[in-house]
Amino acid sequence: MRSDISQDVLRAGHAACPGCAYPMGMRMVLKTLGLRTVVVVVPSCAAIIAGPFPNTSLGVPSFHSAFEIAAPTAAGISAALKRQGVDDVTVLAFAGDGGTFDIGLQALSGAADRNEDFIYVCLDNEGYMNTGVQVSSSTPQYSWTGTTPSGNTRHKKQIMEIMAAHRIPYAATASIAFPEDLMAKVEKAKGMRGTRFIHLLAPCVTGWKIAPDEAPLVSRLSVESNVFPLYEIFDGLRYEINHQPKRIPVERYLVLQGRFSHISAEQTEAIQTETDRAWAELCSREMRSRQLYEGSKGTAARVSGD
Amino acid sequence: MRKFITGNHAVAEAVKLCRPDVVAAYPITPQTPIYEQLSDWDSTGELGGTMVKVESEHSAMATCLSASLTGVRTFTATSSQGLAFMHEMLHFAAGARTAVVMAVVNRSLAAPYGFWSDQTDSLSQRDTGWLQLYCENNQESLDTTIQAFKIAEELMLPVMVMLEANFISHFMEPTEVPEPAQVDEWLQPPKLPRRFDLANPGFSNGVVTAKQYRDFRRLSSDAMEHALSVVERVDKDFGRTFGRSYGLVEAVDCEGAELILVTTATITSTARVALANLRSRGMKVGLCKLRLFRPFPVAALRSVLDNAPRVAVLERNISLGREGIFCSEIKAALVNSPGHPKIQGYLAGIGGTDVNQHSIEWVLQDAFSREVFMDQPIWVDDAAAEGGYNA
Ligand SMILES: Cc1ncc(C[n+]2csc(CCOP(=O)(O)OP(=O)(O)O)c2C)c(N)n1
Ligand code: SF4
Ligand SMILES: [Mg+2]
Repeated sequence: MRSDISQDVLRAGHAACPGCAYPMGMRMVLKTLGLRTVVVVVPSCAAIIAGPFPNTSLGVPSFHSAFEIAAPTAAGISAALKRQGVDDVTVLAFAGDGGTFDIGLQALSGAADRNEDFIYVCLDNEGYMNTGVQVSSSTPQYSWTGTTPSGNTRHKKQIMEIMAAHRIPYAATASIAFPEDLMAKVEKAKGMRGTRFIHLLAPCVTGWKIAPDEAPLVSRLSVESNVFPLYEIFDGLRYEINHQPKRIPVERYLVLQGRFSHISAEQTEAIQTETDRAWAELCSREMRSRQLYEGSKGTAARVSGD
Repeated sequence: MRKFITGNHAVAEAVKLCRPDVVAAYPITPQTPIYEQLSDWDSTGELGGTMVKVESEHSAMATCLSASLTGVRTFTATSSQGLAFMHEMLHFAAGARTAVVMAVVNRSLAAPYGFWSDQTDSLSQRDTGWLQLYCENNQESLDTTIQAFKIAEELMLPVMVMLEANFISHFMEPTEVPEPAQVDEWLQPPKLPRRFDLANPGFSNGVVTAKQYRDFRRLSSDAMEHALSVVERVDKDFGRTFGRSYGLVEAVDCEGAELILVTTATITSTARVALANLRSRGMKVGLCKLRLFRPFPVAALRSVLDNAPRVAVLERNISLGREGIFCSEIKAALVNSPGHPKIQGYLAGIGGTDVNQHSIEWVLQDAFSREVFMDQPIWVDDAAAEGGYNA
């Protein structure tokens, strides 16, 4: 990727922890969308990165909204801009996993159901990091957080399936370790209308207990181990896997992260089994949906109503 | 044009006349007919703006406040549980200096569940930074809604317009609906700042220091104080064009009165009748209707109440553990009055129970002859409602 700072919408001087994946992801997303973008951030590390008043790292108009309302805030801005005849501006919402999987899920579901016109990027660091690392419904099983001191007992919620169930035109997973893929997806989303959802895994140096230079490596391993496969869902129906992973053992991914340092061999094995199961299911979904929904390409063809 | 319509319909007419750009709403009894009426007009194209049928009141306010930040005119309506659910967003809408207008149909809050009039829902939102106006009848609800847009957009502060469940929301009254051209002339399109200017990008609502927070609060507080004169001016200006105005407070026969009854909203209409009856029997009683609650019109109230020896406050709400909320506010407003009127609070109509002429006459007689003024409120019971004081 060409690194021309002058073209960046996310500028230098933001306040993320050194090595955090958030600003890397935000930078790639914003660079792709360009200057005709309005950004909504909500309480999360993204809001810290956006900057304290009166400074900002964002080079486009932006608004710090409330925690659980990234989606209706984006919807309100989008509807109002259209009402004023502004039709060529992308409204983008950045929210964390807590703001998406948990407290903001109802509002996101409502907006997605109405197919409101915005791009929603969930920056998933698998926990409430801004408040100091607590468990969310995105935290993976067995992971340490400040509120799961002996390991999380729940599975990670499958947010992509939830979004697909809304039949939104476009949903995709993305990783900072695959910048071309990430930016191509944002570009694709930009060319569509309606609710577009990007699930971006963003390793948190502090909460995952990784070294400050390891976020890209950990991201790459999350994809290559199949823990976080890269795929797209068009119209909630047609699945497309974008990267054939090397299928490296999950242990190589887990071992780098202090949040998994306490887990047993059986638990590692259980994660491997679950990862294999989920991958097999994703592959079969892709195959089945290819046969059934060949034409579906994110055209916002809603199955019922509009 | 004169129409025979409900209060909800009157508010919907007002909203349509004001040509909102974004309306976001969610159903709740007894507000729902406003939402339905606006949806009807949305489907026929008469509403003009964008109607967002959200999944909750919380999102309704989120949508309205963010739309307002782009500079457009916004409206929503709710009641009771819906208003309580919005609470966080109310602070947000005010703090971000938006101009959202909201109609609140006052309804009791659960638990237990009830569907009738009670003002505790909106009064519980006292400290959210919204202006609050309480309406007496359908006409006033319509007129106040139109005024609210002008007030909100001039001040960059959100405005709540209260009408009572059933007594206004579902009761039909002949209501004068102004001509669209007349409203267009009186209420120009909003001139709000457009916060998302691509040519001059900025980050709105970044995290502030303690001192910056204090300074923003101070600005909002100044704006609220300034709001008193704006509400008054807009109301007078409305009167010049449409022939109806209401004031911040309204004083009826208060000059030289030995007792002044303070009311809000629909109880006022009944009180007018009770008062006329007792005055015809020689009792020197006056009536003071409070229309604006936030900002609180201290000076206007004092000019009416300062010299009265006795004041009775009659109201349909309660702050549990204290008294009626208006009563506390009025006591506080009069604390520096030279004459210190004696003040007695009365609770009537809580939960939407009936407040009739007899019960108001009972209150007036009680306050007129009472020797000891109590710190606690008096619950006006059914016996009073049936028989009146002399029965
Ligand atoms: C209604 C509400 N509840 C709680 C909070 C406190 N809060 C602010 S940020 C945050 C954590 C956010 O977690 P996530 O969305 O995952 O973003 P991250 O901090 O991990 O980037 C919480 C709990 C809040 N701002 N609003
Ligand atoms: S806490 Fe984690 S996600 Fe937040 S800025 Fe630091 S490294 Fe990034
Ligand atoms: Mg998080």
